[in-house]
Amino acid sequence: MNALILSAVLGVVMMFSSILLKQKSTVRGIAITGLAVLLLVNILESRGISLFKIDVSGMMHFDRFALLSISIALFATLVFFILSAKDMEKIGVDYGEYFALIFFIICGIILVASFKSLLILFLGIEIISIPLYILTGADKRNLKSNEASLKYFLMGAFSTGLMLMGIALLYGASGSFDVERMRVMVATPGVLSVAGMLLLLFSMSFKVSAAPFHFWTPDVYDGAPTAFTSFMATIVKAAVFIGFIRLFDDTFGASQEKWQVWFAVIAAATLFIGNITAVFQQSVKRMLAYSSISQAGFMLLSLYAMNVSAKEGILLYAAAYSLATIGIFAVLNKLNDYTFEGFNGLARQQPVIAAAMVIFLLSLAGIPLTAGFLAKFFMLKAVITTGSGLWLVIFAVVMAAVSVYYYFRVIQAMYFKEGNATIAASGGFKWSLVGVAALIILLGIFPNLLIYWLYF
Amino acid sequence: MIAVLLILIPLLTGLAAFFFRNEKAVRSWALFSSLATLAVSLLGLTVFKDAKYLSHQCEWMQGLGSSFAVGLDGMGQVLCLLTAVAYPIIFLSTWNSSYKRAHNFFALMLLAQAGLMGVFLAMDALLFYFFWELALIPVYFLCSQWGGERRIQVTFKFFVYTFLGSVLMLIGILYVYSHTADQSFAISSFYKADLPYSSQNWLFWLFFVAFAIKMPIFPFHTWQPDTYEQSPTATTMVLSGIMVKMGVLGLLRWLLPVLPIASYSYGDTVSRLAIIGMIYASLIAIRQDDMKRLIAYSSIAHIGLMCLTIFSENKIGFQGVMIQMFNHGVNIIGLWIMVELIERQFGTRKLSELGGLAQKAPTMAIFFVIIALANIALPLTNAFVGEFLMFTGVFTSTVTKYNILFTVLAATCIIFAAVYTLNMVRKIFYGETVALTANAKDINLNEKLALGAIVILIFWMGVYPKPMLDLTNDISDSILKISDVHHLLKK
Repeated sequence: MNALILSAVLGVVMMFSSILLKQKSTVRGIAITGLAVLLLVNILESRGISLFKIDVSGMMHFDRFALLSISIALFATLVFFILSAKDMEKIGVDYGEYFALIFFIICGIILVASFKSLLILFLGIEIISIPLYILTGADKRNLKSNEASLKYFLMGAFSTGLMLMGIALLYGASGSFDVERMRVMVATPGVLSVAGMLLLLFSMSFKVSAAPFHFWTPDVYDGAPTAFTSFMATIVKAAVFIGFIRLFDDTFGASQEKWQVWFAVIAAATLFIGNITAVFQQSVKRMLAYSSISQAGFMLLSLYAMNVSAKEGILLYAAAYSLATIGIFAVLNKLNDYTFEGFNGLARQQPVIAAAMVIFLLSLAGIPLTAGFLAKFFMLKAVITTGSGLWLVIFAVVMAAVSVYYYFRVIQAMYFKEGNATIAASGGFKWSLVGVAALIILLGIFPNLLIYWLYF
Repeated sequence: MIAVLLILIPLLTGLAAFFFRNEKAVRSWALFSSLATLAVSLLGLTVFKDAKYLSHQCEWMQGLGSSFAVGLDGMGQVLCLLTAVAYPIIFLSTWNSSYKRAHNFFALMLLAQAGLMGVFLAMDALLFYFFWELALIPVYFLCSQWGGERRIQVTFKFFVYTFLGSVLMLIGILYVYSHTADQSFAISSFYKADLPYSSQNWLFWLFFVAFAIKMPIFPFHTWQPDTYEQSPTATTMVLSGIMVKMGVLGLLRWLLPVLPIASYSYGDTVSRLAIIGMIYASLIAIRQDDMKRLIAYSSIAHIGLMCLTIFSENKIGFQGVMIQMFNHGVNIIGLWIMVELIERQFGTRKLSELGGLAQKAPTMAIFFVIIALANIALPLTNAFVGEFLMFTGVFTSTVTKYNILFTVLAATCIIFAAVYTLNMVRKIFYGETVALTANAKDINLNEKLALGAIVILIFWMGVYPKPMLDLTNDISDSILKISDVHHLLKK
């Protein structure tokens, strides 16, 4: 609750700061400080200190899982600000407003992470989506950005329609939006509730870009300004996953065997399409868009399994995937050439940045000693402990082996190919990257640093 | 303590090596580090033989059932000693090869050593998997950065191959883990895991493919000749001398005792693959003109014999495999040193372009002939001891009814080995000198040191293998006891 109210306030503050403040660095300073404060108050809340006492009529519940996932999202956003906030200046003139929109998105993320009523879920998803449509089109003079924004808006609106329809059907079946009431009803499913559940499943799959609802993803991620792609592909996607897992755990947990097979099929399809298509990309940005689809496929395994490992794992996955991808996008943003060849010879010019990139890529590929490995490990463990779905884990690891191909292409370009990729990077940027890389390794050796917060 | 030091020394010195700027200094640093590791390993064999020095366990990833458990059993001792011995020899023999960005090269070499040590020491399945992958990453960079012309594609193939194998193994590990009584990755829990026959059947292949790719066993060997050929020779020594032993160790420590029934029922299938691979690789080796490829194929044949012996499941065979792992490592590193010497001096590895070298470089010829004879497993050399024990093991095997046939077929490979090895010696050292070798120089002091060490090891192990036999006695018994199928079936 602390972070929710403060982030709404900060959104408004940022809106005015763009009018009142001339200096862009001041705007940035306020945003970063504000976010650090948000993170702090959220951690305080998880230690039992609430700044606000508001009656939400049981529509939201800030349990450990919600608070930890919010903390991860806030921390990842902080990293994103530190690494990429300066590059947002290049996009357009409305510098302060970008921050305002991002703070509003954070409000949405907090709602999605803590809903106990489907209305709140819907509100959260919409509060996330609408600012994202704007951010996607932020590069106003770029046709690709406009196209991406329009495409995203149309497809997004359609899936929102599906979601509302689903919620309405569930309301019809149970007479309530409340998650607890619905859980009782779902145990004895009827036509209305099954149809409602499927509609919710499809619309949420759309938001996390799971196949076959992924078609918007590559175009939108490719067209959007790189800094915002980074935000949308990581923090937002991970947050929607948290909502997804809450929805199916709380609301539909009782009928797991009925929807489990749907997730198996969706996960397998997502893994297949994401990985195979990524192999054929020539642009690193587009490759990362497909990589985000394939990583979503892995995260879907947690929905299939839906046990303790799955919940611990999804948090670890959110952190690992967000940190690594934000790091890669931050470097990509500084390059002129987004193709694989654009990275040729980067190791010679910028050994520190290249080394950090290697850690990020290894983490995404799931090589041990990085957080990405443990995240994948938790997912596999979650599925195997359910005792079923062995074909799914075998398929998943084969696809993970395919993913090595496109992640390592970047490493090969940086280290083993001749070229003169250059990056103008400040010392601060380099050290932040090294810090993120160190954090990924730290989480890869001691996952309990993160999971600990779930229980204590 | 010994076990932890064996990992920590190369790990920390390796990380430090990244920050060196002077090539000479980092070379000495790496040599110093490898000698320190060797000293620790020898201390573990002689002074601190007590179990409390040799193993270490501490908390790691609580809640997951995994702990940082490392320990040296007899097989671990042999392999750690091999790793510790090999590194100084590698550094000494390549002292005169120059590398671009040498600090990165030596740092990665040392990190690879840390990973290898970890694989040999890990007594926890998850930790084993960690090190299994960690050994691979530095080697990938070494081969891709400093290798030959086609290095990028070839090394990448190698990487994807082994990565696919290891993630399949990860599923196997997770499945066994979920069937342990106390939800633990510890090796003792794995040995006691209650696995029904039907699931052992497919689990076997998840594990076996990972190990078979590493060793490599036919038909998973296709990455190997290319990778050996394209890698810088120092890395090839690590790959073929030490890294293939990861697969053999995997079979002995993590496959046979964990899945005894499946190992028994698939034993013949695997043995057939091993024999096909041995004969096939030997025949190809005979036709090779490139020294590196010849040695690569010869290595496939030798490793195939180890695999065959492991699945004949008896004590004498196990001891033979463990001893031969050490000997094969020593011998093949010797051969690679020769390749490196010849390639550095003449710029070619083609047998057809060389000749008459013995007249110009007699010391080199003597060393080469001794190592070549060891490669054929002539009596008095180390490989004879290992291969003799292994053949005895296969011949007296009670788990297969084809033991005599297997022995005969495998023994033909010794004849093939003599054909291709002696042929190589003849073409390089005897006959008329050609233009290329007319001004050949003999070897330097540091190379003499390295080769001298190898020759001493060859004769020592060939004449007096008792220390090794003693070392591997208990562990062979215990592996056999856990994986004894007759006993299990009676129960």
